[in-house]
Amino acid sequence: MTDRSAPDAPVSATPADVAPPAAPTGRGPLARGEARLAWGLLLPTILIVSGVVILPLLAIFWISVKPVQLSDLRAPELVLREDLRRIDAPGDAGTWRFRLRNSSPDRELRDVSLTDVLPPGLALGDLPEPCAVEAGRLSCAFGDVPGGWRETLEIPATATDAFVLGLRVQDSAPATTASASSVLTDGTFTLANFARIFDGREFLDVLYATAFYTVVGTVGAIAMGLFAALLLDKSFRGQGLLRGLYLFPYVAPVIAVAFAWIILFDPFSGSANALLIRMGVTTEAINFFGERPLALIMVTVFEIWRYFPLSFLFILARMQSIPQDMYEAADMDGASPFQQFAWLSLPQLLGILSVLFLLRFIWTFNKFDDIFLLTGGSAGTRTLTVNVYEQAFAISNIGAGAAVAVVIFACLLAFSALFFRFISREEGL
Amino acid sequence: MSVLRRGDVAAALLGAAWMAVLAVTVAVALSFATGAACRPVLWLALLIGAAAGPVLLRGTGFWPSFAVGLPIGLLTVLGLGPVAPGPEVGPIARTIVGVVVAVAAWAALAPTLRGLAPGPNDRHPFEASVIRFLTGFGYIFFTAIVAIPFWVMLMTSFKTRAEQVANPLDFGIDLSKGRDLFRSYEELFTQFDFGLYLLNSFGISVVTVLVTLLFAIPGAYAVARLRFKGQAAFSRGILLIYMVPMIVLALPIYIAFSVTGLRNTYVGILLIYPVTTIPVALYMLQGYFRGLPAEVEEAGLMDGLSRLAVIWKITLPLSLPALASVSLYVFMIAWNEFLLAFMLLDDPSKFTLTRGIAALNSSEIPRQHLMAGSVIATVPIMALFLGLERFMTKGLAAGSVKG
Repeated sequence: MTDRSAPDAPVSATPADVAPPAAPTGRGPLARGEARLAWGLLLPTILIVSGVVILPLLAIFWISVKPVQLSDLRAPELVLREDLRRIDAPGDAGTWRFRLRNSSPDRELRDVSLTDVLPPGLALGDLPEPCAVEAGRLSCAFGDVPGGWRETLEIPATATDAFVLGLRVQDSAPATTASASSVLTDGTFTLANFARIFDGREFLDVLYATAFYTVVGTVGAIAMGLFAALLLDKSFRGQGLLRGLYLFPYVAPVIAVAFAWIILFDPFSGSANALLIRMGVTTEAINFFGERPLALIMVTVFEIWRYFPLSFLFILARMQSIPQDMYEAADMDGASPFQQFAWLSLPQLLGILSVLFLLRFIWTFNKFDDIFLLTGGSAGTRTLTVNVYEQAFAISNIGAGAAVAVVIFACLLAFSALFFRFISREEGL
Repeated sequence: MSVLRRGDVAAALLGAAWMAVLAVTVAVALSFATGAACRPVLWLALLIGAAAGPVLLRGTGFWPSFAVGLPIGLLTVLGLGPVAPGPEVGPIARTIVGVVVAVAAWAALAPTLRGLAPGPNDRHPFEASVIRFLTGFGYIFFTAIVAIPFWVMLMTSFKTRAEQVANPLDFGIDLSKGRDLFRSYEELFTQFDFGLYLLNSFGISVVTVLVTLLFAIPGAYAVARLRFKGQAAFSRGILLIYMVPMIVLALPIYIAFSVTGLRNTYVGILLIYPVTTIPVALYMLQGYFRGLPAEVEEAGLMDGLSRLAVIWKITLPLSLPALASVSLYVFMIAWNEFLLAFMLLDDPSKFTLTRGIAALNSSEIPRQHLMAGSVIATVPIMALFLGLERFMTKGLAAGSVKG
């Protein structure tokens, strides 16, 4: 290998000759060992995360094009009861009875059959149509049966002398076969789920609620967080206490604070309404979480209230790392407090504010619990995430729920692309 | 702008703004404290504040203060002040209200206007005054919005439905009821198995923390320290997974668990909870590991320790504070988790606290119980949070945009 910097390198050198000396490409044995170790350390995480995140994501795409109802999750089964009628002692003539039914009212079972060993001491009469006895075993084949199918097999039987008193035919459980095609795994596909969720007016409502909730919630929480951070960006006694207090809404379980809000704003016994009525602001009780468009505003306010602590924490952390001498210098130059905020603090905070905005935006977009607990998605508060639950469980249409989830995922991918374009330029997060 | 900065104009405006804020604050506080009606009269508050500002601007000694405080107090007693007590409020109470309003007005206005001259001002004293007003307003505002919902939660858990409906304004707790005050809590623990739910929640949260750490520590170390192909893609992938909404995953997980019979089992819950927390734990830890000096670890390698021994003997002891933050944060996520518990647990003997509270949300169960349950779920996490605030705040700040 020729030294590239050699002054007398021949002009006619082939490209191979002028190639730089072999740089450490990371493929040496040591590096390979390191990479192996790294993958070894990461493997458990990769496995469990792909099991619980990637697989469900793929499943969502699959389900979104299947006509699946909530009730389809329980596959149809063959239900079988067996008993012996009017046979108690040797010489009795009665029936050996099987009652079969398809547990699903509307889906078929295929290749239904049953086999059972002949009970000792029982002489069988004429066998019904689908049955035959072979080598001491009774076997009956029913073929494909429709949903809601019921069948009672009565096999005339006489007890012989070998009959054992107290014989229970149930003790030898019959073997049954039945195969059901699950909607989840068969080859039927449909676009009806998407057609259904994109259906006109309702979808626009959902989209509007999502957009309003996400944008106003994000901006509001960040603005409030900035205000709170400015308040606490000086040290005084009790500052730690106040900081702890202001983090309460975020740290408390969402279900606890959501119900506290519901009780506070209850139209009949809520303190907020009592206060407003006694102050003369309103004459009759306001149903805060039940009226359009107030409900949407209220859930957004709740979102702002619950998540301003996070923005506040991030902004405060960034503020405290701004060097103090910048402000001293600005003071010397005669900058007023507002000028210092506008020309010093804000530019310094711009990075964290934009990161916060993108992250909070995505997280607010994803939020489900809060609205679900406060309004359940009624009164114009149904966002996309609430719509997943609504479609899948309230309307019992799992397929449509999955279709909404696919829409969410598509939005999310778009946001993430934006996010990574942006965040790669930001350090710190 | 320079008109605004004239001392009298600024003082009048700030006085009016302060008085309006105070009127609402005092009225709300008194209403809640006494249960009696007390309403702010905004236009009077603005007028009185605008008059009081310029007076206090000229001095905050005894006489100017007296000249401001006395009329405000008297007007309030007469029902013509910034705060109008309801007709049922007696003369003594009215006097107290008057004194409170007058003192509050003085205590707020005097410091705010400090440094402001009656004539023209330059930007500094003017803006300093505005900032003092905004600061005072901010403290009142934030403290109110944070404290009121929590007080409602606590208070409702001590009140029967009848007491609640009788006067929703009354924020007091009737201490004379003694033991009866805690009836809801007793019933929750004796009849609703909340002791068990508390244990369930605690157990599940602790196991989640342990499992999360078990997976996240090696993973974070690999991403932070070891060089391998796809390292950058991996650390982004972590963040990406962190952004997948739970409800999207919950649906197929619900289906899969229904089919495999994992619904209603701790195993099922413990399979999922760590996965929701591993990405964030990994993300927080790798940030911290990156900040540790590599030289210490290299010295360990030189001395013949294997990588795993280096992690165990050098890296982990150095990152105890980070481990504490991550553990606390993961504990909090698991403790507060609602959606998965709600969807996957149906059997009351396996409920976590949040699922137990959700079960209390029915028209047959008094709201007192619902709020008592909420208090039971909130208090432990709050205590943990306040006790270990230093770690918690750090943990929150390090990677917890999730929520």
